[in-house]
Amino acid sequence: MQNILIIGATSAIAEATARLYAADGANLYLMARNEDRLKIIAADLKIRGAASVATAGFEANDLDSHQNLIERAHKSLGSFDIVLIAHGTLGIQKVAESDIEETIRELQTNAMSTIALMTRLANMMEKQRQGTLAIISSVAGDRGRPSNYVYGTAKAAVTTFCEGLRARLCKSNVHLLTIKPGMVDSPMTAGMELPGILLAKPEQVAKAIVTAIKKKTDVLYTPWFWRFIMLGIIHMPTSVFKKLSL
Amino acid sequence: MNMQGWGRYPVIDAEVHTPGTKEDIQALFDTTAVGMTPRGLGRSYGDSALGDHILSTKRLNHFLEFDATTGLLHCEAGISLSEILTLFVPKGWFLPVTPGTQFVTVGGAIASDVHGKNHHVAGCFCDHVEHLDILLDPERIIRCSPYQHPDLFHATCGGMGLTGMIIAAAIRLKPIQSAFIDQTTFKARNLEESLNLFEIHAAAPYSVAWIDCITGGPSLGRSLLMTGDHATKGSLIPGKNARIGLPLDMPSILLNRYSILAFNTLYYHRIRKVSVQSHVHYEPFFYPLDSINDWNRMYGKNGFTQYQFVVPKDAGRKAMPVILKTIVDAGKGSFLAVMKAFGKQNNNLLSFPIEGYTLALDFKIEPELFPLLDRLDAMVHDHGGRVYLTKDSRMSPSTFRSGYKTWTRFQELRMNYSALGRFRSHQSTRLGLE
Repeated sequence: MQNILIIGATSAIAEATARLYAADGANLYLMARNEDRLKIIAADLKIRGAASVATAGFEANDLDSHQNLIERAHKSLGSFDIVLIAHGTLGIQKVAESDIEETIRELQTNAMSTIALMTRLANMMEKQRQGTLAIISSVAGDRGRPSNYVYGTAKAAVTTFCEGLRARLCKSNVHLLTIKPGMVDSPMTAGMELPGILLAKPEQVAKAIVTAIKKKTDVLYTPWFWRFIMLGIIHMPTSVFKKLSL
Repeated sequence: MNMQGWGRYPVIDAEVHTPGTKEDIQALFDTTAVGMTPRGLGRSYGDSALGDHILSTKRLNHFLEFDATTGLLHCEAGISLSEILTLFVPKGWFLPVTPGTQFVTVGGAIASDVHGKNHHVAGCFCDHVEHLDILLDPERIIRCSPYQHPDLFHATCGGMGLTGMIIAAAIRLKPIQSAFIDQTTFKARNLEESLNLFEIHAAAPYSVAWIDCITGGPSLGRSLLMTGDHATKGSLIPGKNARIGLPLDMPSILLNRYSILAFNTLYYHRIRKVSVQSHVHYEPFFYPLDSINDWNRMYGKNGFTQYQFVVPKDAGRKAMPVILKTIVDAGKGSFLAVMKAFGKQNNNLLSFPIEGYTLALDFKIEPELFPLLDRLDAMVHDHGGRVYLTKDSRMSPSTFRSGYKTWTRFQELRMNYSALGRFRSHQSTRLGLE
């Protein structure tokens, strides 16, 4: 039976992932800002087969509160076999372009808070000498694109941080998975005009995450074809890239 | 975006909203307080889940509570019957009533007050609903049941989503010992034998007939009647979910009089003896078509409609031969038609089943089809019957009114609960219900 902590557990991908682990009879500890929503999700996961489900309110940008919250989760679960960090916001790029506070807030939530959590969790898991730390980054972090470079910057920071931390944790037998979803049909992307053919379902992404954790994959592009889309984007000459409105 | 029902006809441009929380719903009502259409998995055939502003229950997909001693399951409206089976069959519980596909939501099953092969003994889906929560506006989520707000309950059950958005319900599951069904198939050489078989097997927990709608003459109405009951032996394994798909629209020319005649003949002669017994999993028994993803593409890109009517029992023996003969003579019938004898009617205002005989069959959409269906409507009307709203995409307001005499009470109730105008569908507008 696996002991699993999920931070940002109300996100569509996190919830879909939690359902897969619940069906497997896992012990789940869920954190998220919206505690009403969290309660509904917890009851649902319990019925779906989770051995136990505990919840706690979580404020990403209250960095000082993190240590205490994580310790309580660790105590409740006994160990962290898997930790999934899934919280985040997808702000409006256009707003951030003229509103510095919005830009900083996006970076805070999507980069700083995640990095702070990873730092603390890494130290605990290093001591455990086992387990998986799975972080949801994004394909948006692979190259800054005019349509969402603020979000992309935050995710690039997370991805780079993961690279280094993975190499450190590897020596303590702790696996770190960087998850880079493409476009996912979720409340985060609701209302956006996205091409249907590229739009993945959260359930599809969740399945890929579970497999990647099991196989100890380092970096997961999900759905898989994003690896090739991003390969094309990364290698496009800047002289061409800057003229596009990707 | 372009939206359609399972029949892929009609297609309309709609805005789809997927509220997940009360705040989402509040925001939605602040901007769009008129003409909303609740929608589950979009398995109703026609235009009942189509409208300018569709309220999808996709994110209302949580189980809320389960009582393992009584089998009472409380869940949100977007949970599908398939999810319920996958989770609860291994625990020894089954749906009290199930339609011919498991890919419908609980909310949809209530809004259509769906029936299944056990209608003659178990009634409709809503006869097993302990209570339901319906959202009329963000401030009013009302729990109703046969004892609390019974008027709202009986209008909402079978009410096609026109009384508000169903957001949760408690349903009574039934205990089973096995995931398998002991099935017996009987062969009937004509319509009279088919109807007789239903009477002979009135006590069978499940019964349905696959009827040949192409062959006329002395074999008119020949059928295979299948009866079944939950087995006591066999494991409690849920469905396999292994499915094949129909990735492309099949050219509709492939469905013609000859291919259908060949299929019907082969199907009928599949069984050589008068009766055959078998032990089958619940999936092929209840959901034979669920094994083919997107089977609705079989009828070509213009789509299809399923015509389902019921005529009262007294009129049945007179009505069924003439209606069936009209269908056979037109030569437009589908692969197979489904016939069933319904039990007693319930108290829900727009619920389809009345005690009598029902027939359901698919027709691909083509211009010549509509006059034929109008003729069938007239015959159904003359015999005191009605057409199923969940399958309908084309009936006239007068056909609707003559079939569902309680429609005026339904409208009054919608007015009283201020649902009139706020919740509507392409179908409700077409039928003059607003």
